Amino acid sequence: MLSNIGIGLIISVLILSFLTIYSASLDLETSSQTIKKSIYKLSLFQTTFTILSFLTLIIGFLNSDFSLVNVYENSHTEKPFFYKIAGTWGNHEGSLLLWINILVIFSYLFLVFNHTHAKKFRLYTLIFQNILILGFLFFLLLNSNPFSPIYPTPPEGLGLNPILQDPALAIHPPLLYVGFVGCSIYFSAAMASLLSNYGGKLFAQSIKTWVKISWCFQTLGIIVGSIWAYYELGWGGFWFWDPVENASLLPWFAITALMHSLIVLEKRNTLYPWVIILCLSTFILSVIGTFLVRSGILNSVHTFASDPSRGVYILLFLSLMIFSALTIFFMKHKKENYNFNLKSKETFILANNWFMAFFLVTVLIGILYPIFLDVLTNTKISVGPPFFNIVIIPLVVPFMILMAIGPKFNWIKSQNKISYKIIFSILCAIGINLFIFYFFGEYSLLSNLIFIAAIFLILHSFLDIKKNISKKNRYKLPRIISHLGFGLLVFFIGINHQFSLEEDFNLKVGEIKKTDNYEINFQDIKIKESKNYKAVIGNFKLTNLKKNLVEYLEPEIRIYSNPETLTYEAAIKTKITSDFYLTMSNVSRSDYYNIKFQKKPFMVWIWVSALMITFGGFMQLSLKKNED
Amino acid sequence: MKIKKIFFIFYLFFSLLQASENKTELLEIYKNLRCLVCQGQSIADSNSDFAATVKLVVQDLLQEGKTKDEIYVFLISKYGEWIVYRPTFNKNNLLLWTLPYFIFIVGGLIIFYIIRKSKNNRAN
Amino acid sequence: MKINISKIIIFSFVIFFLFVFWQGLKKNNSYDTKNLIGSKISSFQLPDINNNEQYISEEKLKKNKYTLINFFASWCAPCRVEHKYLLSLSRKSKKIKIIGVNFKDKKNNAISFLEELGNPYYFVGKDLDGKASILFGIYGIPESILVDNELTIIKKIVGPIDQSQYEEILKLIK
Repeated sequence: MLSNIGIGLIISVLILSFLTIYSASLDLETSSQTIKKSIYKLSLFQTTFTILSFLTLIIGFLNSDFSLVNVYENSHTEKPFFYKIAGTWGNHEGSLLLWINILVIFSYLFLVFNHTHAKKFRLYTLIFQNILILGFLFFLLLNSNPFSPIYPTPPEGLGLNPILQDPALAIHPPLLYVGFVGCSIYFSAAMASLLSNYGGKLFAQSIKTWVKISWCFQTLGIIVGSIWAYYELGWGGFWFWDPVENASLLPWFAITALMHSLIVLEKRNTLYPWVIILCLSTFILSVIGTFLVRSGILNSVHTFASDPSRGVYILLFLSLMIFSALTIFFMKHKKENYNFNLKSKETFILANNWFMAFFLVTVLIGILYPIFLDVLTNTKISVGPPFFNIVIIPLVVPFMILMAIGPKFNWIKSQNKISYKIIFSILCAIGINLFIFYFFGEYSLLSNLIFIAAIFLILHSFLDIKKNISKKNRYKLPRIISHLGFGLLVFFIGINHQFSLEEDFNLKVGEIKKTDNYEINFQDIKIKESKNYKAVIGNFKLTNLKKNLVEYLEPEIRIYSNPETLTYEAAIKTKITSDFYLTMSNVSRSDYYNIKFQKKPFMVWIWVSALMITFGGFMQLSLKKNED
Repeated sequence: MKIKKIFFIFYLFFSLLQASENKTELLEIYKNLRCLVCQGQSIADSNSDFAATVKLVVQDLLQEGKTKDEIYVFLISKYGEWIVYRPTFNKNNLLLWTLPYFIFIVGGLIIFYIIRKSKNNRAN
Repeated sequence: MKINISKIIIFSFVIFFLFVFWQGLKKNNSYDTKNLIGSKISSFQLPDINNNEQYISEEKLKKNKYTLINFFASWCAPCRVEHKYLLSLSRKSKKIKIIGVNFKDKKNNAISFLEELGNPYYFVGKDLDGKASILFGIYGIPESILVDNELTIIKKIVGPIDQSQYEEILKLIK
């Protein structure tokens, strides 16, 4: 029954999308300056039915209605309430329905909130957005239908994977999708802008908020994913340059570049073609990301169960998108006359875009190169963290310096003076770096530069905050806070990387491992029976030999029966100054346990800085009324 | 006087500069090796049997006095280039390592061109 | 829209990219070490499972027309399934000889395993910690390597030998 309701709702949305495109096309020709009321109604109905279809799926999960294949494969009667709901979007078909929801909701909101903008522009946006919606609806109905029924109804579901039952993992996809999928609206708006010749400042204003919203949620989504990986996956890291992680980073670079370029477009009415290219590229990158992740073409820790038929469909959709975007862009593209002064804010924003393009291209090459090499020469290589770190990190140094001094410049033209603030900050930065180097440990030249640049950005931002705390200049605070967050993030990641302690060794129960500063005593093992798993819990006494402090850490090995999986739960003690991280795994056919111990300084501050970056973005959204 | 102070600080800085590693080389090697039976994990992170065996082999090779590059070459000869996360710098991978910087330079040239053109436009 | 060279280049790039993606979909994602075929096995010394004094090295293998080096363990279920093919090979052809490498196993268990299922090996070496197997480029159990009398690897089988691979080996050693 639920299956029929769900499919019925989807088909209604399909019909409404066709009707919307049709009505909007007709309305384009009329001489009226306002959009017909019926179009608003169509859009509202479309939104309502789409949301209802999603609620239908959620109800299916909550009721453990296994007549739906999707619920059968991804849920279980014993799953806790919250995770039953989260299970809705934690699988391929359900997440596709969430994509469609966001596409539709954004379509409606854009229509409604942009009523001050030109009619043709808004109608074209609606048309293109609905073409995208149709594409996804067909994909859903023909290939990945969450409402497919199964006869006879199985008594119990398969989906009790414990790794997926985690709060951070539950909210991570919706957050990311508002980012990924949110950029669809300005893809459509860009196409519309080209066709209706609605460019410049007005266009920038129409999409500004949407770009910021998608940026904030994308950033937050990535951060939450990293936090989950750190606390749950048991390797003590938070970023692995894994293809799925990289797929979420690609649109992020583009949205960040776009966000900055929009400022120039709005203020100085220039850079329009580049902004259009960015708008088009962002959603294209999102779809490329989805293609890479869901088609099975890549090998990753995060794979959804992959299926090449999905890959073919997404590739087809991607091809149509890229070709139509390129064609329309080339058809309507007009050359712009540039008037950039070297010492101006615009140039520095161009520099930001330059670096963002570099980071984006590097990550893209890193992901795609193995695929290309395999197809063309039949050789398989791996491109992992060392590649990305070596290529990207050196350029983060000049990037941070530009981040600090860029905003100081005025629009159009600035005078020649170098402020004392900058010299003071650089000298302090060098001094602080020397201090760390001398008292805490030596590191490479590159790391020195990273620290100096990061500290410079941090100090400079603090000075900036002090200067701009007045009500008149409060609009500058979000930018300063985000840039400060970035500087802090690089700084803390640098400290964490340089001064982490890591040990990997084998121990039997009762044995003690001594390192330079620590003594790790594998005191005992106890077995605990829990509701759906059996846990082997190790009791470790960690003694800091220098300070004579003692901590107790209890990592676990969990043996689940349904489905049969083994997970390793790290023992993590998070403190202000550092985290202690201990994992234990049994060495097969032996009494030994493989122990990985890490001390990670300032780990929690990495999260704080990253959240600060996002906070700046959200702050700007709420302050938007008071802009210059 | 200020200049002298600045010079002194730089002198101190460079004389203290030694590229030393806080982490053991062992862990660095573990992190660069891919676990072949896992879905995207390094030898350092994996709890698999294969990872445990490779760790032993790497320890042995280090004790024999092999450098980390020699260890990588050895393992690549057994398992192919797939096993190292850092792509070796050979003719297959040349494009991989150079293309990003090439694009960066192209981007820089574009900006340079834009500013140069703007200056000319204003001069006219 | 004017058709100029830069647009043609861009469109060609896009078509190329999409084509590679499409081809990439068809490729097998999982990795196997087939790259070893054609190379020679490196020198090794494996102690006999029963007697630490006895060894086998790569030199001795040159005496055989073909050698199949099979990595097995008593605790490995698929090893039981493939064992009949090993027995058949050892009986069928004079040209091929089979060496067993007992991987991370207890001697008594391995001997019981062979007593129960039959012994196709003319030499059983032991690899208690698995390190020797790394020399052969092994990463799972069971795995088998077929070499000729010049020690060139002519076939590598990852996982248990099945009917088609068994027939392939027979063809290769003719």
